[in-house]
Amino acid sequence: VTPVLFFAFSAIVLGGAFGVILARNPVHSALFLVVSLIAVAGFFLMLDADLVAVVQIIVYASAIVVLFLFVIMLLGVDRRESFEEPHRLQRPMAFGLGVLLVVEVLVLAGRHWVTGEHSTRGALNDPAGGNVHNLAARLFTDFIWPFEITAVLLVIAVVGSVVLARRSNQSPDATPTPNDVPSAERG
Amino acid sequence: MTITPAYYLTVAALLFTIGAVGLLIRRNTLVMFMCVELMLNAVNLTFVAFAKALNDVGGQVIVFFTLVVAASEVAVGLAIIVAIFRRRPDATADDVDLLKG
Repeated sequence: VTPVLFFAFSAIVLGGAFGVILARNPVHSALFLVVSLIAVAGFFLMLDADLVAVVQIIVYASAIVVLFLFVIMLLGVDRRESFEEPHRLQRPMAFGLGVLLVVEVLVLAGRHWVTGEHSTRGALNDPAGGNVHNLAARLFTDFIWPFEITAVLLVIAVVGSVVLARRSNQSPDATPTPNDVPSAERG
Repeated sequence: MTITPAYYLTVAALLFTIGAVGLLIRRNTLVMFMCVELMLNAVNLTFVAFAKALNDVGGQVIVFFTLVVAASEVAVGLAIIVAIFRRRPDATADDVDLLKG
């Protein structure tokens, strides 16, 4: 059953990816992206990554794609895009570089793809816990410092997007708070 | 036939390449962002495949950090796109080649 599932998911992942880059309407691209991401979650399930698969669906296929669709609708850019390319050489060069990239990565992936120490951070399927328990134990012990840094990163991202998405013609001085001196009096 | 990690790595390589080519051939900034997401997903798939091959849970932990970085990147990137589109409604990636707005 595993090979059948693998090839089915591969077809869905790659088909969805082609849909993303070939669909003319950005909304269709976003929906193809969901298809591709959910099939990747299927791969994760086949690779004993239960928690990662669920998080992939919740965070990627739901939250991030909904954010994309929200921005598409907000900006009203859900119309067909012309595929005219101002730079004549860009498209042939893109395909050439793509072929080069896939050959390069496949050569690298085809040999020595699994070397080094096994299970340095603990085995995948610890009989004591299971995948979720195992991941959480690593995340809150060995990886606690990167974990805290991601918290800081998320705060920076939230503050940064609020600052960026604020209307640019509305300067901070335009809406004085009660304890703020109006800009005219400040001289 | 058995599915070895090399199969997963091959799919991840193809997915990464499709994302990279899409990033080069599309001019809509939103679709370019989706292509970046495809490339990040290919990398996640590689990490999880190696986690399975090496029987090491560290590869799956890294995926969480990739997810967080992807989420922050999308939030900030979409805010930048909203700010650009507010000023020029028809902007494509070729129109915003200057840092000055």
